This record gives sequence, C-alpha cells and structure tokens, in this order.
Amino acid sequence: MSTSVAFEKAKAENRAALVGYLPAGFPTVDGSIEALTTMVEAGCDIIEIGLPYSDPVMDGPTIQDAVQQALDGGVRVDDVFRVVEAVAATGVPTLVMTSWNPIERRGVDRFAQQLLDAGGAGLITPDITPDFAPEWIEAADARDLDKVFLVAPSSTDERIAMTTAECRGFVYATAVMGVTGARAKTSDLAAPLVARTKQLSPSGTDLPVGVGLGVSNGAQAAEMAAYADGVIVGSAFVRTLLDNRADEQAALKALASLTEDLAAGVRAR
Amino acid sequence: MTTHIHETTSYDADEFGWFGGEAEGFGGRFMPEALMKALIELDDAWQKAKADPAFVAEFDAILRDYANLPSPLYHATRLSEQLGLRVLLKREDLNHTGAHKIRNVLGQALLTKRMGKTRVIAETGAGQHGVASATAAAYFGLDCTVYMGKVDTDRQALNVARMRLLGAEVVPVPSGSGTLKDAINEALRDWVATVDHTAYLFGTAAGPHPFPTLVRDIVRGIGDEARAQSIEQFGGLPNAVVAAVGGGSNAIGLFTAFLDDEDVEIHGFEAGGDGFETGRHAATIQANDPGVLHGARTYVLQDEDGQTIESHSISAGLDYPGVGPQHAWLAKSGRASYTSITDKEAMDAFALLSRSEGIIPAIESAHAIAGAIKIAPQIKERHGEGATILINLSGRGDKDMGTAIDYFGLGDAK
Ligand SMILES: Cc1ncc(COP(=O)(O)O)c(C=O)c1O
Repeated sequence: MSTSVAFEKAKAENRAALVGYLPAGFPTVDGSIEALTTMVEAGCDIIEIGLPYSDPVMDGPTIQDAVQQALDGGVRVDDVFRVVEAVAATGVPTLVMTSWNPIERRGVDRFAQQLLDAGGAGLITPDITPDFAPEWIEAADARDLDKVFLVAPSSTDERIAMTTAECRGFVYATAVMGVTGARAKTSDLAAPLVARTKQLSPSGTDLPVGVGLGVSNGAQAAEMAAYADGVIVGSAFVRTLLDNRADEQAALKALASLTEDLAAGVRAR
Repeated sequence: MTTHIHETTSYDADEFGWFGGEAEGFGGRFMPEALMKALIELDDAWQKAKADPAFVAEFDAILRDYANLPSPLYHATRLSEQLGLRVLLKREDLNHTGAHKIRNVLGQALLTKRMGKTRVIAETGAGQHGVASATAAAYFGLDCTVYMGKVDTDRQALNVARMRLLGAEVVPVPSGSGTLKDAINEALRDWVATVDHTAYLFGTAAGPHPFPTLVRDIVRGIGDEARAQSIEQFGGLPNAVVAAVGGGSNAIGLFTAFLDDEDVEIHGFEAGGDGFETGRHAATIQANDPGVLHGARTYVLQDEDGQTIESHSISAGLDYPGVGPQHAWLAKSGRASYTSITDKEAMDAFALLSRSEGIIPAIESAHAIAGAIKIAPQIKERHGEGATILINLSGRGDKDMGTAIDYFGLGDAK
C-alpha cells in the first residue's frame, strides 16, 4: 500500500502524518517486529524499516549503535523482508530505508519484487539520488512502489525539481545539514526547505513533504507539523530502546508513550 | 614543468564520473543529496583550476620548492642484475613526508584555498594520508581534522603524534571495524554538516565523482615525470610499468601518462594478505565482485548481502575493501592487469630491496617490487633481454620498521 494513502488520511484530518523508523533486527528480528507493531498501535501512520548495512554514511551515533547491534546479531536481508511482512500486515504503509549496495548486490529487480511480495510500500534511499538510480526508478515504476528520495538544505532549486519529479509517495526533506540523531532544537533550515520543495514540486501532483532528522518529542513534532505533511522520527525511537535495553516490557512501554507524545504533536499543528 | 594535470587520455571518465560508461563501467556519484552541491562545485572548480595556467604554475612551484619534485628515476643496477632486465625505480620515497601522497594533498589544498574554504578534513588508515594532510594544512594555514579508526590510532601512535605536532586534530573512530573504511564514513558525516566551509581531502583516487578524476589529475605527475625521464635518461619508454594498488592513487598516478602508449604493459599489484585463496586479503579487483562503496561503483569485498567484508594485509596502506573505479575499468577493459602479492612475497621484496639497493621501501611499495620480480621472466620473454620495467617506489619504509621488527625478529638481542 502506497504511503500516499496515509498522507491523504492525515490531510483529511487536518494534521501531519507520523513516520516512525527502526532498523530491522534491533534488538533482535522478533524484537524489532514487536517494537514496530507497538509503534503502529500507538499512532505511527507510516513505518520505515532500516536495512542494516556495514557502512552507512548518513547515520549518526545512535542509529549506528543499533545497526551494529543488529549486524552483530546476524541480521540478513531476508530477515528485513520478514519484518516488512509482519509490519505491513498491520495495515500501515511500510517502507524500507536502505543504503544502496545491498540492493545492487541482490539485483535491483529481484529486490523490488521481494519487497512487493512482502507487502512493502517502497524504498527510502538516503545515499543515492535519482540521477544515479535509473534502474531502481524503472523497477519501482513497473510495480508502483514508492520512491522516496531526499532533498537537503544545500540542494539547488534545479536539483529539488529533478528529485521531486522522480519521487512517488512523498519526498523526504532533511531538516539539518548533518547526519541522523535527535537534537535539542528544531532546525531553522527546515521550514524554508519545505516551502522551497513544495514550490518546486511538479505542479498538480501535490507530493507530500516529510521532514526528518532531529525530531525527538511532541513539541518539536507540532512545530514541524505546522508546515510539513509528515514528521519523520528515527533516532528518538532507537534511543528509547537503547536506554531500556535491560527490560523489554519497559522498553515497549516507553516506546508507546513516545509514540503517543509524537502522535499528539502532529495533531497539534 | 612537472605536471600535465590538464591532459586527457582515452580512459577518462565522462561528465558524470563514469569510466567506461554507465552501463558497463565504474564510478559515478552514489552520495547523499546533501553533498551533491559540494561535489558538483568541486568538479566545476577543478575544471576551471586545471585550465588556469596560473594555478598550474603555482602547483608546480610548490611541488618543486616544497615537496622536492620531480623525484628521480633511478636505475637499480644490482636489482637489474638479479632479475636480468633493466629495473627503473620512480623514487617517490624521496618526496617531502616520504611518499607520493604529498602531491595529492598539496594539489587538493591549493584548490581548497582557491575555493575560499578554511578547513580541511581527511581520513587515514595507517596515518600516511593524515600526516600528509596535516602537512598541507600547515603549509597553507588551514584548519585540519583527521579521522582515523580507533584500531589504527592505537597501533600507529607515532603518526598520531606527527599529525598533532603539525597542528591537526585527530579524531579516533570506534564504529564498525575501527579502520580506514570507518574513518571514511566518519569524515563523510563531518562533511555533510560542514560542507559550506570545509573541503574533504580524499586520500586516494576513489570515492564519488569527481574525486577519482581529481586525485588522478593531481598525482599523474608521477607518470608524466617518469615518462619524460625514461626517454631522456634511457632513450625510450619502458616495456612495463608496475605499481601497488590500494585505493589506487600511486598506481593511477604512474599509469596515466602511459595509458595511450599501447605498447607499454601496465601491471597493478594488490595486497594478497595470507593468500587470495584464504579469503584474508585486500585483492579487490581479483575478487571481481562489483558493488557500490564510498560513493562509486567499483569492485568491492562484500558478502552475498552486500555487506562490506574486512580486508587483510600486512600493509596498512593497501588494506582497503574497495578500489578506485578507474582501475576497475582498466581491469575490465583489459588495458591493465591486476594480480596479488602475499604478505610473505612483499616482505621478501622489502628485505631484498633494502639489501641489494640500500633502499628501505614502504611495505606498500614492496608489493610493487615483488610484483616486478614475479613478472620479470614474462617481460623478458615478450620483450627480450634488453627489456625495461619501471616500478613506482611510492614511499619509504621508515614508518614500517615496527612491522619489520616483528616480522623478521630484528629486535632480538641475541
Ligand atoms: C607509500 C604508499 N604507497 C601506496 C599506498 C596505497 O595507496 P594508493 O593505492 O592510493 O596509492 C599508501 C597508502 O597509505 C602508501 O603510504
């Protein structure tokens, strides 16, 4: 199911959509299914499942920690599809967020088909841009999968237009110049980037804009929900699990209450 | 003039950084959108700089007056006798800071100045590129931060001290395997956040476009000098040119001037570690498995899920699970051949060159010596008794004495 369904629903309710991220296999494969299911039940509208990769460029220390833990635990690409299947079965649109090489290694077409078969909505690809992704674009178009590329504060107008023209589902606006990680303050680069992105998106498509990088609580989510169609949260969820690693029940409870706080935030625009 | 940085060959990348085209070839620019503007600006700035005679003249003057270039082309007579052909050594070990790497950092730092940026960052494995970057930063008065895997800062304390003395900040990187590839990841993360005033001095001819081209253009003086010296001093071109291949900078630096001399054989030697068949090596091209690592499509040591596999080599400078995309293309197109040299073969060559020529090479460069020894019989067979083989002696071995003491037991008092 395309993420556009979730964005339409949020729009009809006059709020932003809440997008939650965790890497597959963290803390374990089953543990990540349970955690993501908890996030769905507590109010995430869209789920992003990270595919753990040995050499992630865009991840800060928190997500690196979790990804390393998942890799040390032996997570495989096929496990990621298993997590996708379980989460998609809850009915929320479920994306995979991944560095490029695992896709290339499996074969772009085969990866896309397996993602579709697992019920996945599409891919977020943080370290490849549309101008170097013709194979993925073709494979996704053939299957109507979402193609979520990123725009950044440093993006030129020309590149934002090129990128949004190739997106389906939504476009991911990175609110800061920097890697993932919860930040104390929201970035003042986010609002102008969203405005620029909306203006440069192909006319008539109404491509939703999701904002991510650095959001850690409901107040920040509310601030961003004022101008964005979706608020994307990753490190704060990962941090919650890392901080409660000794006690699984406490971890899930904390995860649920963070989700509720954020879900209230996206409704308080 | 020592450098021909503005010249081209038939093996160059297209404007998108593809060597051999997008469909069949290698390279490209697989990077976060946040860095795209900076990479495009860097490419534009380089195209303009290398076409500017004032820039080229300034670069040449710095290489001459500060880095001690051009380096000599030396006829290694005793090694020649042993191998039964003429062996010429391009003496990059005599450069300031002791390796070819000074060329790369001086060129990139000069470009940084021209672009008006005030800070440089670099990754380093054993510390050679870090020391070179800190040196260039001191020379140009730039701030410098060097990322180095935690495992490497622990085992290369002397180079950490050198960088600090030169005024650089050294940041140990604990993530991943705590080695070179993780230092590159961390440097890229810094760059994403600081790109408006910071330049990334990439340490080898790899990474996203334009780095493989930029670094190649800057270091191609090695081969430009060697080619001219060979003609002037020895009356013609060598029959074969030989270099060690880690990321590929010293090798592409030598090879470029000879790429369109179709009669000159080109041989690259990767680190074979414990032996290719053991799986514990850094022979990326020989492993022949294409993938995307650090921004380029190239050959990558990886498992079936595309996770990077750690490389192994006695030589820290060759211990990298990727390789510059132009080498991948030269291998695939058949213009150059690449095989591997084991740790043992390299250390034997390290000792041999020390004793027969009074030159202690870097262990990286010892791989090239070992490679030349290996192919000498074929070269003679193909080109006759008067054949000439030209080896890039990319650096000196002072930094490797700790390894040599352990390997040969040189520290034993008895
Ligand atoms: C002396 C020397 N030669 C060669 C290398 C390998 O790098 P490259 O393949 O980029 O020349 C290094 C790297 O540290 C080095 O120090």
